Amino acid sequence: MLLAGAAVAAASSAAYADSRTDAREQVEFGINVAQRGLWREAIYRWEKAVEIDPKYAAAFNDLAIAYEHEGQLDKARKAYEKAIALDPNNANIRQNYDLFKEINDRAVQPKDK
Amino acid sequence: MTVRFSRKTNNRLPLVLAAAAITAALTAACGSEMYEVPVETPIPAKLDVTPFQRVLVAGFVAGGTEDVDTNQETVRLLRSQLRTKSELRVIDADPLQLVEVAQEQNKTATAAPDAAGSGDGPSVRTASAQESTAATVLPPKIKDEKDLEPYERLFANTAYWKRIGEEYQNPLIVTGSVLFVPRTSSGLVTRETEVYDGLGRRRVIPQRVYMERKGFMLRPKFIFIDGRTGATISSLARREEALYNAQNETPALSTYFELMDRIVPDFLGTLSTQKIKGTRVLLK
Repeated sequence: MLLAGAAVAAASSAAYADSRTDAREQVEFGINVAQRGLWREAIYRWEKAVEIDPKYAAAFNDLAIAYEHEGQLDKARKAYEKAIALDPNNANIRQNYDLFKEINDRAVQPKDK
Repeated sequence: MTVRFSRKTNNRLPLVLAAAAITAALTAACGSEMYEVPVETPIPAKLDVTPFQRVLVAGFVAGGTEDVDTNQETVRLLRSQLRTKSELRVIDADPLQLVEVAQEQNKTATAAPDAAGSGDGPSVRTASAQESTAATVLPPKIKDEKDLEPYERLFANTAYWKRIGEEYQNPLIVTGSVLFVPRTSSGLVTRETEVYDGLGRRRVIPQRVYMERKGFMLRPKFIFIDGRTGATISSLARREEALYNAQNETPALSTYFELMDRIVPDFLGTLSTQKIKGTRVLLK
């Protein structure tokens, strides 16, 4: 019984490791193309990454940045919020989100002030 | 020379390697690598300008100091900004002298009831007619916000703006009012002062000092009018102030541009998509 439990745990941990490895490959490729200005390709990669591993905070962070760059501010906000929920203590994600919020607030500013 | 250089490098090598090792260890410990990337976030225009291909910065009801031709300068500045930072084609035309236009319209409006009333004799001029005439008094010189107020009705005159629109083939019209007035202020302000202690060490400490200051206040109100109908579609009001030390002789025109610099991004953001540059950190 114990043996069976350990086997299940090991299998699920291996599956998790596999999905994280696959997702990480997508994230790395995305970073590579984003650095060359190919943001749409990066979005495609990072969307795949979060699909493979929905608990990958860094992938959500990168996706949020790409959405921001493409002017998809609603999607960017949701992705940042997801990244923060997954990794609340990550100072880099928080800083990115704070900078994003500054711009987002300006975008939704009332016309008369 | 080369030997000395290489020896120096060799001396530093262990330090550099140690720093690299620490960085690598920290990165591994954190489980992520960082890549700083530049981003340009597009902010969509607040106003839907798709029905227009052209924009006419018509002119402004301007008041305040006479050191600056605020109407002329505002028209010139906004046109040049729109030329480079928006997709709308900017119409080149002489700026309208809207103070004169408003006074002319006012004269016509007040003359009409007078002419109608003169046939019946002065006795039939009612109190309400007198009130309406009194209400349309336009100060010939605009010195403050109160003087500017009665001019506001010019922007609601849809027939006038429709006629201007027809003259320029129905563009988006930008008009409004600009008040640029001198300001003086006195009171306590916080200044950083250098102090040296007995050992000659320098320190900078904040100090509250009484100061006389002078400068200018700029209060533009931009009104966006649909040239096809003459109706106002949006407006943007801002107020900015710059105060300097009373001995400072900053020219009025410099202050005007300094203050407009703070306002122009909002103005452009109303009409065109703006890109905000920044950096973000990508994570692995």
